[in-house]
Amino acid sequence: MSDQAVAVNRGGPTDKTLRIDAWWVEPAVTVGMLSTFLIYTTWAALVNEHYYVAPYLSPFYSPCLSTSCAHVTLGLFDWPLSPAILILWAPAGFRLTCYYYRKAYYRSFWMSPPACAVRDGHAQYSGETRFPLLMQNLHRYFFYAATLVVLFLWWDALLAFRFPTTDGGSEFGLGLGTLVLIANAAFLSLYSFSCHSCRHLCGGGLDVLSQSPLRLKLWRQVSRLNENHMLFAWISLVGVMLTDVYVRFISMGYISDVRFF
Amino acid sequence: MASEFTMRVWRGDLSGGEFKDYRVEAQEGMVVLDVIHTIQATQAPDLAVRWNCKAGKCGSCSAEINGKPRLLCMTRMNLFEPGETITISPIKTFPLLRDLVTDVSFNYEKAKKIPALKLKAKEADGTRRMYQDDVDRVQEFHKCIECFLCQDVCHVIRDHEDNKPEFAGPRSFVRLASLEMHPLDEEDRREFLKGDAGLGYCNITKCCTEVCPEGIHITDNAIIPLKERVVDAYYDPVVWLMNKLTGK
Repeated sequence: MSDQAVAVNRGGPTDKTLRIDAWWVEPAVTVGMLSTFLIYTTWAALVNEHYYVAPYLSPFYSPCLSTSCAHVTLGLFDWPLSPAILILWAPAGFRLTCYYYRKAYYRSFWMSPPACAVRDGHAQYSGETRFPLLMQNLHRYFFYAATLVVLFLWWDALLAFRFPTTDGGSEFGLGLGTLVLIANAAFLSLYSFSCHSCRHLCGGGLDVLSQSPLRLKLWRQVSRLNENHMLFAWISLVGVMLTDVYVRFISMGYISDVRFF
Repeated sequence: MASEFTMRVWRGDLSGGEFKDYRVEAQEGMVVLDVIHTIQATQAPDLAVRWNCKAGKCGSCSAEINGKPRLLCMTRMNLFEPGETITISPIKTFPLLRDLVTDVSFNYEKAKKIPALKLKAKEADGTRRMYQDDVDRVQEFHKCIECFLCQDVCHVIRDHEDNKPEFAGPRSFVRLASLEMHPLDEEDRREFLKGDAGLGYCNITKCCTEVCPEGIHITDNAIIPLKERVVDAYYDPVVWLMNKLTGK
């Protein structure tokens, strides 16, 4: 039978789905989680205040590239709007084009399909063959940019050991915020380096891995991380939001940081 | 201990059909295929079902059980509560022949179009060598039993008949990955993947991986690595520039 000869009337049941389990729970939870994150992040990025309390910088504002920042990382120029806008495109683009999140939002927001063996919510479908979804192929470039941001987050975590003193100097210390910033950088690193594009770049693109022992080793390590990419995606998503909340609440005076020494 | 179930089985062909209920007693250790055979033996001798090995290795008895694509022979009856009504329908993506049997020749037509293995030249001593490190990756793909459950669940063709000419489906991508990543192969299938195979239609919703009875990580280990290879060839401006500069 040729491709064209496949009958349009296939016979069999025509129900939207015959599944009797709660298939709708997963997309509903995903919509709730991602919507909460999107709304909070947009607000936190635009509000342009309470993102720094020494020595903690919110990850939504790192690296701070404007000379008008409350804590300048690299003062490249003066930027009149929120400095978060200058950098958030990188992690946002990385998550938007991420192979895991694509699954999550195609299913939950676009219903294409809402769940396995449940009818697609659209009459026509062209997948990622046309603009704008063709741009998903630029994922690796967002990976490069997001990795740079993660490096700055590790720098911020190091700076979080340097507490200001009353005489205007600084001293070495450890606060709960230091641990929060370290955990945030660690989870974001796990998410970034478990990425499918990273796996490809490390060695997945080679047919004969045995001739490149270093890349083989790297590919194996990233492959192991990649098995938990979905887990890291969610933990780091919630983690980065909670890190901002922690810094913001201290800055606003709602809570006090716990100082261990 | 025996338990009684109501089996709602699809009966019909391309001209029409309906679900029919059969009350069946399932003995301990039975799988759904055993119950279907009991119905054949005691109540409906004309019930059509395709099966062969009864061990999850031939890929013949693919069907949808309570709406989920599964192998009849690998679904144990103790997954269900005694007295439960269990719905058995044919796989939806392919034309029905009769009852639970569909025409899966679409998949064989797609397989014929896949560019075959093109071996590299032999080494100086007249042999070809490959190492376990290189073979490990493609061995996973050889576990495929061609049950076509991944093809059945893929919404690109399940819900969009018009995409069938342009889209090869997850089973084909597993085959393509096994060839494209083969350490002794020198054929470049990236143009085929982007064009005839329609890899861009896949939106990574992972249903193929979820239903694979062999546990092949179809999306993570076959489809996404193939997509990345297509990006190398067609969508990466830096690779494109490097190739231009180096004359590749």
